[in-house]
Amino acid sequence: MIFVTFAFYLFAFVTIASGIMVISAKNPVHSVMWLILAFFSAAGLFVLMGAEFLAMLLVIVYVGAVAVLFLFVVMMLDINFVEMRQGFLQYLHQGLLVGLILLVEIVTLVSTWPYGTTVVENIASPMPEAVDVNNTVALGQILYTDYIYPFQVAGLILLVAMIGAIVLTFRRRPGIKRQNIMVQNARRPEDSFEVVDVKSGEGI
Amino acid sequence: MLEITLGHYLTVAAILFTLGVFGIFLNRKNVIIILMSIELMLLAVNINFVAFSTFKHDMVGQVFAMFILTVAAAEAAIGLAILVIYFRNRGTIAVEDINQMKG
Repeated sequence: MIFVTFAFYLFAFVTIASGIMVISAKNPVHSVMWLILAFFSAAGLFVLMGAEFLAMLLVIVYVGAVAVLFLFVVMMLDINFVEMRQGFLQYLHQGLLVGLILLVEIVTLVSTWPYGTTVVENIASPMPEAVDVNNTVALGQILYTDYIYPFQVAGLILLVAMIGAIVLTFRRRPGIKRQNIMVQNARRPEDSFEVVDVKSGEGI
Repeated sequence: MLEITLGHYLTVAAILFTLGVFGIFLNRKNVIIILMSIELMLLAVNINFVAFSTFKHDMVGQVFAMFILTVAAAEAAIGLAILVIYFRNRGTIAVEDINQMKG
């Protein structure tokens, strides 16, 4: 029990500290690195809560795909980040005020919210005991049955996002040489060379 | 204090969400950091979903956390694609300069 408590505070502290570093780091590349650490420790929190599959998914999807995408874009764009930092503290006071109010409100809400007795009765899909069925199996059992349509829509969203990203960033640049496979395949020997009968001693 | 309850996880998520909002205020010029702040907020929402799912013994929360993960990945891909073409056309990604669609 004491280890679980220790692990929770460790992961929570690292998550929040790296969250702070994400928004305050001078270099966006460092921000992306801190974002990766934040996702990693959040995955640790998920493991502590018993959602192992989502934890692994978080590492694969966020650290493996999204963070690398961010890193790629940050490094690809030639941006003067020093110039971007100007006016960094301009909205500090309003931001602190809004953030503080929001935090106090949310914490007040979650710490005083009384959970009705009907919450237990209204469970949509009860969680099976961890000794019987592991988390991945339990998730798959309802994901592919009760939630098959939302699951398909999620796949469709990913497809639309993929096509959208390709369509947005695709450009056909004029004036550069490209291979034209059709023209290459349609070439005949008679188009490209001829046999010349050279007379002796004259040349062509 | 030693017993980790639902409130502990919700508090972590609340702090993370607030950091996301604060990050948008702080980095008014840099769209990339703003996108990262949105990712932080989505992560906080995911922590909330999984915490409720675990402590109320309902699997649906984890299913929806997975859908949020999907949407977050799609959003990041589209957002960064828009960023890349905007930079290609204008040579800057400063938020103040993005005013072409103003009527």
